[in-house]
Amino acid sequence: MFASVRKWLDARFDWAALTAPLRKKTVPVHKLSHWYFLGGITLFLFGIQVCTGILLLLYYRPSSNEAFESVQYIMTRVQFGWLVRSIHSWAANLMIFTAFCHMFSVLFLRAYRKPRELTWVSGMILLFLAMGFGFSGYLLPWNTLAFFATKVGTDIAGQVPLIGKPLMIFLRGGEEVTGATLTRFFGFHVAVLPGITTLLILVHLALIQRLGMSVPPGVEAQRTAQPELSREMHFFPNFLLRELMAWYIALGVLGALAALSPWGLGTKADPFASAPAGIRPEWYFMFMFQTLKLIPAKIWRLDGEVIGILLFGAAGAIWTLLPFLERNGKGRSQRWILGAGIFALAYMASMTVYGYLAK
Amino acid sequence: MENTAVPEVGPTRRRVVELFLGSSMFASLVSFVYPLLRYLVPPPVADLGGDEVIAAKVGDLKLNAAKIFRFGNRPGLLLRIGEGEYRAFSATCTHLSCTVQYRTDLHEIWCACHNGMYDLNGRNVSGPPPRPLEKYQVHVRGEDLVVSRKREA
Repeated sequence: MFASVRKWLDARFDWAALTAPLRKKTVPVHKLSHWYFLGGITLFLFGIQVCTGILLLLYYRPSSNEAFESVQYIMTRVQFGWLVRSIHSWAANLMIFTAFCHMFSVLFLRAYRKPRELTWVSGMILLFLAMGFGFSGYLLPWNTLAFFATKVGTDIAGQVPLIGKPLMIFLRGGEEVTGATLTRFFGFHVAVLPGITTLLILVHLALIQRLGMSVPPGVEAQRTAQPELSREMHFFPNFLLRELMAWYIALGVLGALAALSPWGLGTKADPFASAPAGIRPEWYFMFMFQTLKLIPAKIWRLDGEVIGILLFGAAGAIWTLLPFLERNGKGRSQRWILGAGIFALAYMASMTVYGYLAK
Repeated sequence: MENTAVPEVGPTRRRVVELFLGSSMFASLVSFVYPLLRYLVPPPVADLGGDEVIAAKVGDLKLNAAKIFRFGNRPGLLLRIGEGEYRAFSATCTHLSCTVQYRTDLHEIWCACHNGMYDLNGRNVSGPPPRPLEKYQVHVRGEDLVVSRKREA
């Protein structure tokens, strides 16, 4: 039956020619090959987010009066609702984590270099979008932590010189974080961001398909020196089956985390209550949060907060354009980028740990 | 000649591996699909209305008039067809669940969706409705018009 369906398609669309690139595509095999799985795992987790997100939409109600209660309803009344929501929350965090790992692996294996500059840029934008997903989705249960995290987060956006204030009002749907903010964030989270992200993922994948997998420079040198030792693996089915195994393991980890440690809900947000002690953002914003806490109120004549925000903005922009800052074949700029990568990783890791340990 | 026995080992082993792989894949598929299907079924909503409701006050309805009242999660229709003579029905049309209304000009109960007609006993007299409307009891209790239905066994 399978063969006859294929024949039918082949007769109409030249199926064999359409799928030829997929069958011709190969993946280099070397000692660092396992880093190739990270992007795929991130993609898989995004798929999980789409599926569980759609399931949550069946019961979720995006209004300040009903949001908390509807999530409570999902967690307590709907069969396996706790599991679906816990998977959504855990997969979100794992996805950000694997996206960061993917970004750093691409950086250290120097996969961003010519001709893959735009693949890096699209990937960086996807990473920012993932953080946008995290930020907007965090508010949707309308609990105390989410309410204050959103207040602080949108206030930070409001500190940006010139465009800050209108940007904050745009994000909040008014001067304050209210039900209007929830409605907006819901729209961003389930319509705007998924649309843009899906398009960009397609671009990202098309670029990878077009340019092939990058081979790290060290390995490439070896392969040119001893071409007889360079091995390749067919993408379909050899690599894909291995990737599927990685996905299955990721799913196992996800299921175990969601089942053994279901995501909490907290207490319903009260706009006229004080912020509780020990309030902190999601872990992937922690390094920025902690930095802003440490910056003095005034540096020279400027607000410390504003300087911190501008520095993070500049760092993000430079990071996105990193491949264009590396001059071809120049050892110095390569070492500079490697150093910056190690510094960034160390800074983010230590600030995150510091943030969790500090009172 | 010794080799002739060997080929049988291969396919059997392969079959065992396939059996293990296939059944574990099937098992994991079931473990994904079962919670999903259970999730899709909405939890039952408690009918908070009970079996009795105050549909109106005695002076509310004029002669040859009707009103829709809330009975649990569904609408009901209360008619006053004579002096002290009240009738109550489920207002949900038995055809495709539109809410019916009383036609003062025709003295009949009418469903606007598909032109279904019921008489004042709730019997389906013309149009597509397949069954009569469910009939409720009406009691006057002091100033209240109390509508009740028989508890379902």
